[in-house]
Amino acid sequence: MTVLQSRPGGRRTGRRRPGLAVRRNLTAYGFLSGALICFAFFSWYPMVREFILSFQKNNFVDPPVWVGLDNFRTVIQDPAFKSAWLNTAMFTLLALVCGYLVPFVIALVLNELRHARGYLRFVVYLPVMLPPAVSVLLFKWFYDPGPGLFNQILGLAQLPALSWLDSKDTALISLVIVSTWMNLGSGTLIYLAALQTVPGELYEAAELDGAGVLRRIWHVTIPQTRLILLVMLLLQVIATMQVFVEPYLLTGGGPEDATISVVYLMYQYAFNYGNFGGGSALGLMLMLVLVVFSAAYLRLSRDNT
Amino acid sequence: MTNLTATRPPATPVPDKRRAAPKRRPRTRFTSEHRTILSPHQLNSRWGRRIYWLVLVSTVLVFTAVFVFPLYWMVTGAMKTGEEFARIPPTYVPSRFSLDGYRQAWELMNLDRFLLNTLQYAFGAWAFALAFDVGAAYALSKLRPLFGNVILLAMLATLMIPPTVILLPAYLTIKDVPIVRLDLLNTPWAIWLPAVANGFNIFLLKRFFDAIPTELIEAAQLDGASPLRILRSIVLPVSRPILGVVSIFTVVNVWRDFAWPLLVLQDPEKMTISVGIASLRANMPQTTMTAALVIASIPTIVVFFLFQRHIMAGLTAGGLKG
Repeated sequence: MTVLQSRPGGRRTGRRRPGLAVRRNLTAYGFLSGALICFAFFSWYPMVREFILSFQKNNFVDPPVWVGLDNFRTVIQDPAFKSAWLNTAMFTLLALVCGYLVPFVIALVLNELRHARGYLRFVVYLPVMLPPAVSVLLFKWFYDPGPGLFNQILGLAQLPALSWLDSKDTALISLVIVSTWMNLGSGTLIYLAALQTVPGELYEAAELDGAGVLRRIWHVTIPQTRLILLVMLLLQVIATMQVFVEPYLLTGGGPEDATISVVYLMYQYAFNYGNFGGGSALGLMLMLVLVVFSAAYLRLSRDNT
Repeated sequence: MTNLTATRPPATPVPDKRRAAPKRRPRTRFTSEHRTILSPHQLNSRWGRRIYWLVLVSTVLVFTAVFVFPLYWMVTGAMKTGEEFARIPPTYVPSRFSLDGYRQAWELMNLDRFLLNTLQYAFGAWAFALAFDVGAAYALSKLRPLFGNVILLAMLATLMIPPTVILLPAYLTIKDVPIVRLDLLNTPWAIWLPAVANGFNIFLLKRFFDAIPTELIEAAQLDGASPLRILRSIVLPVSRPILGVVSIFTVVNVWRDFAWPLLVLQDPEKMTISVGIASLRANMPQTTMTAALVIASIPTIVVFFLFQRHIMAGLTAGGLKG
């Protein structure tokens, strides 16, 4: 690339004239204005408004009244509150076990294979390309206790049929299965990209030192991809804690609140009970929890680049 | 790079000199451009070969069963009649290959409206996000106005707060936009404008623009080029890869999103395809529903086929390099 040598010193003296600086700033703000307005209205203002709403009683007809912590009290006393947090935590945990470990193992295997790589990558990413609502509705049909695919398969294997979404015991894990199926692909491909950056010399050195396959994974692969593993862990926690589509479309939070999630409860407060204060209070609590994870993620991914 | 076992993708396989392999039959040997956990040496041993092929075949089979079979079941399920659909045990190949189910879904469920809506939302969001976010990132990276860093920080800070948690206040804002007092519910603006407020786009674009040498810009300035001219003739042409990533992300995100359009586009004439199909889930026979699901997934799969490379690049963008 041909790059002009910047003359040392005196380069910026021409900029000192105030008229020019004003004009430069005006142009810059002209370029910024569109994004600035959108961020102000649809990102910054709603964040502030979440705080305001959660401390107010507001029916959008009468002027809002400040009620202190009343909204938080109402929400916390709701029996669904505890279920929602427990379910969200449980869902996140289960989704981590399936959705975090499994893609890494798959990526490890795919990275070793020398054939059918294109096909396998394509196939594993296919569900990610379906709109989530489509995947969820597809699985709703698979979970159907009568002609649903899953019970048919269990029947073929001579196993007793399950009631999947209709039973308190299996409903949550059913949601985890859909969620894993449709999100697995992106994690797998990201790990695969990371695995390909591990220098081959390290494996050779480990092999010469007599390390078996498992120890090569433990002492070479995992330390070399440690950062991305951590970042993906945080990303996954952040994403799964916001679970909404699955309970909304599959179970409606039931049976007996067994699958209600925090975001779904927030939705219910606002749109079923017309209580935006309570909903915002829930949103605020979730926001505080997620900010911790997000801050950690941003820190890590910034250190990484 | 000095990689002892690695060979370039060779026209003729490079003979492995280090070891006399069990030469029973001349077979294709495992070489690799990139050394992985298993050495080519291990893969070439007799047991290595056997295990390798066993793992390969079972991986292909399992993956096909887990990821492709559900889609096959969906596509063929929509071809079955209601009676065949409910049959136990099921038929693995539909008794007739007819597209009636699809036609029925198309006519009954208003799918053309939903698809057109979604298309309109996705491309509008794309246009706005590209125009405004590129402008903003350019200003923050190259024009560097007063308080530019504060603005950048405030924009990146939104990355910490996922849109889901501010769903309710954002909905209320769309319902009654402050200052201008507009109700944007059930209008495309409800999708387009919030799509611009994406900290990740700003982050990706700004980082890319930062890497463009300032000297290049200053040279153009000396030649009297205006900032807009510099953006058009210097910055944009070299930024095509990142523009591709941002474009695809924006379009695909609008297409996949569910919670937000569920709230702000409740009028059945304005719904997106995901929300539209979901809203009809209680009133439609399952075959029709399944056909609708197939139709809804076609556009994203086509996009995936066309832009596979960009999507893969985008996945690992944003500082996710290992």
